[in-house]
Amino acid sequence: MAEQLSQPDPQPVAESATPEPVTVAADPPLLRIDGVVKTFGAVRAVDRLSLDIGAGEFFALLGPSGCGKTTLLRMLAGFETPDQGRILLDGKDIAQMLPHQRPVNMMFQNYALFPHLSVRDNIAFGLKRARMPGSEIAARVAEMVALVRLEGLEKRKPDQLSGGQRQRVALARSLARRPRVLLLDEPLAALDKKLRESTQAELMELQRRLGMTFIVVTHDQDEAMTMADHIGVMDQGRLEQVATPRQLYEAPRSRWVAEFVGDVNLFEGEPRPDEAGRIAVATRDAGTIFAAEPPDTLTKTKVCVAVRPEKVKLSRRGPALDAGHAHAVNRLEGVVTEVSYLGGLTVYKVKLDSGAVLRSSMANTARLETEAYSVAQRVVAWFAPDDCVVLEQ
Amino acid sequence: MASNLNRLSRFNLASLALGLAFLYLPIVILVIYSFNASRLVTVWGGWSLRWYTEFFNDRAMLDAAWMSCRVALASATLATLLGTLAAVGLSRGERFKGRMLFSGMLYAPLVMPEIITGLSLLLLFVALNAERGFWTVTFAHTTLTICFVAVVVQSRLGALDRSLEEAAMDLGCSPARAFAAVTLPLIVPAIAAGWMLALTLSLDDLVIASFTTGPGSETLPIRIYSEVRLGVKPEINAICTLVIGLIAMVIVVASFASKLSSTRGESAAPL
Amino acid sequence: MSARRIFARPARFAAIAPYLWMVLFFLVPFGFVLKISLSQTVIAQPPYSPVFDLSEGFAAIRAALAALSLDNFRLLVSDDLYVLSYLRSLVVAAVSTSILLVIGYPIAYGMARLPRRWQSVAMVLVIVPFWTSFLIRIYAWINILQHDGLLNRILLALHLVSAPVVWLSTDSAMYLGIVYSYLPFMVLPLYATLAKMEPALEEAASDLGASPRLVFWLVTFPLSLPGVAAGILLCFIPIVGEFVIPDLLAGSDSLMIGQTLWLEFFTNKDWPVASAAAVLLLVLLLVPLLFYERLQRRQLEGGR
Repeated sequence: MAEQLSQPDPQPVAESATPEPVTVAADPPLLRIDGVVKTFGAVRAVDRLSLDIGAGEFFALLGPSGCGKTTLLRMLAGFETPDQGRILLDGKDIAQMLPHQRPVNMMFQNYALFPHLSVRDNIAFGLKRARMPGSEIAARVAEMVALVRLEGLEKRKPDQLSGGQRQRVALARSLARRPRVLLLDEPLAALDKKLRESTQAELMELQRRLGMTFIVVTHDQDEAMTMADHIGVMDQGRLEQVATPRQLYEAPRSRWVAEFVGDVNLFEGEPRPDEAGRIAVATRDAGTIFAAEPPDTLTKTKVCVAVRPEKVKLSRRGPALDAGHAHAVNRLEGVVTEVSYLGGLTVYKVKLDSGAVLRSSMANTARLETEAYSVAQRVVAWFAPDDCVVLEQ
Repeated sequence: MASNLNRLSRFNLASLALGLAFLYLPIVILVIYSFNASRLVTVWGGWSLRWYTEFFNDRAMLDAAWMSCRVALASATLATLLGTLAAVGLSRGERFKGRMLFSGMLYAPLVMPEIITGLSLLLLFVALNAERGFWTVTFAHTTLTICFVAVVVQSRLGALDRSLEEAAMDLGCSPARAFAAVTLPLIVPAIAAGWMLALTLSLDDLVIASFTTGPGSETLPIRIYSEVRLGVKPEINAICTLVIGLIAMVIVVASFASKLSSTRGESAAPL
Repeated sequence: MSARRIFARPARFAAIAPYLWMVLFFLVPFGFVLKISLSQTVIAQPPYSPVFDLSEGFAAIRAALAALSLDNFRLLVSDDLYVLSYLRSLVVAAVSTSILLVIGYPIAYGMARLPRRWQSVAMVLVIVPFWTSFLIRIYAWINILQHDGLLNRILLALHLVSAPVVWLSTDSAMYLGIVYSYLPFMVLPLYATLAKMEPALEEAASDLGASPRLVFWLVTFPLSLPGVAAGILLCFIPIVGEFVIPDLLAGSDSLMIGQTLWLEFFTNKDWPVASAAAVLLLVLLLVPLLFYERLQRRQLEGGR
């Protein structure tokens, strides 16, 4: 897989044939990252990366740890300077500016609250540097305290606050200067699961209300999917894909993205054109699979068919088919080898006759077991061509 | 801790208790005997403050004590200034030319036999034709104690969350401002502890002071040393008790400072 | 450029003053020691020759350079007085360091096993004597060890001895004084490594079938070796150069090198020989010193 990812230059722009049009950047974009390179020793942390982010957008940088997303964020904040490339904010190159000269603020992963200052002084810290008059500072601090609902805690020191309260102080402090762009480094990573969900909603609400541009770095795809308008998926210093959450899941641009975001069944094979705008892929593991809408770049001889587990249905006998639509579905047979009951849904592993394993997840829509399958049971698995995505190898 | 590992506990506790007794018993005995009315040091003649009055009437001893206090205050302050700067340079300066030499020079006096440091400084002062006395001892003690201050401050700086400085810069501080507004307040307790350490080390030093001082400007340890060589005198017990009391006071203040210093800074991290 | 580099420039600037200070008061003085160790003793002020005087021009300096010799070092390695002093210093340092390790380890181990809250109390208790004057602590022992001191009176009262024992001016008294003075230097680094150790490691070892004794020798002790090394260096190096303790507590029939140096310097006024003795002592300690320097740096910069 590593070889496949180091292909010469995957221009990371969202322009594939996808169900929804991509409107990543308004014109002109608020923030334009242009061919940025950052090297640490022998490691290219960020590799010729270009990206436009529009005003008022909630943008998420998603990727595994070490993919360069934090480095990119720190270059936006000014803690790292790119070796090459430009970072244009409102058309002005800020790549070489020091952090304190940029109209950009950051919320740190560990919050970095000043332990010797009270909540009020933490929030006022940036305002004092901006030489704002005292009365205005007081008003702005009060506004921020109200915004993040910290009333009554202004005099506390950070170590007298709970984790969630500290997170809100950090947010208020970085918002107080009304930055053009707010950078959030793993903003929810330090919170427990329950608090994380409610805080996600608060962050989204806040961003909508303020109309500010948020760029959040996260390794948690649920978090990115929930909050962001657009997600940039990064791997090894490059953007693999920039898309809406839905596009990312339903129309991944590469095998890597398909595997990184959510769960997926993959079948390798050779494509050949079929009638009616469809494509037939001869796979070793699952026979011929029909897929809709061949990608226009279908030049390779080796491709990969991706289908999400929830698109795969199971039944004892298979779907009832009209004679004229014999090819309307992909139909595979196998034996159930594993059943994982997860509450809302059940995940089945089906061993196909070829020996390959297919995963299917079915929603448990009824309380009583109506359509459950047990281990060793022979089943038919089927999925529609529209639910398949053909990816280049 | 696992219960089966607790079997060692009684042995642990006993060795700890014995160790502490070993450390404190001689000092306690000394303090008690300082209140002994008898001239014979080992015969108990009832409680008395006689030897303390004797000390306060001993002109030479008082002069030496005053000299020691002045040297300690001056050298500790100078060493704190230089040691803090050195710690900042080493912990925030990244790689620079001469860094190895610098840290080597800085930390060598920590373990260097005092007799070598003392001798080399005296030879320097002789070569410079400097008049030996208050200033030569002060500079010598400064050189000796810079490293202690630097160790204390540098370990504090190393433990400090670097993202605090980044956050300050992100919120509009230049690097120097970020240091003044965030870093400095957080390392003040360590700086204070370093100052007090330097103070007591200077008050304590005999060897280096012997080399670098001149005629007529004895420090307290030099004076005590020459008395002790002639045998035990009850007056010395009284002086030692006073010094112990003074240092105990410094320690109490210092431990408060370090308690403050350890609860701040790192605890800002949520995890 | 990264955030750290942004800070680096002003930070380096801050280091200039202490740098210059250490060059002037630490490095340059060693140059003088080295130079004088190569000079001859004269009865004058300063009591050595040649004296470099830049005002006398280049030829005079050349002549002065030519007058430098290794005679003092030849004296040091040929005269029994000095050779025995060096040997005695090394032996005393080695013996005392071993005693310190044996006594200090159980204390440090006991501290590390205390409940968290008590650990810091115990640490303060161990540090406090280190802050108390060195001289006073030795003096306290003289009080106890003298002819009619507390120790002899207790021994007499218990009828363990029939006549007062001579304690002062013996090697036992000196070892006692050294161990007493340097104990915190041994205990603190040991405690620091032992306290940082993951208790789960010892539990895992005992879970895997090791007896408590084996747990100690197979897991605890090997993991505490950095602390052992630090403690040994922190004690051994200064003890080799020790002057006050042997001077006050040991007899005068055999001297440690610190005493010999002191004698040459203050009593015999032989500065060149004293300087040569210091140079040789430093050479002797160079290996442990460098080792210690590395340890110190790794410890201070390890957390970054």
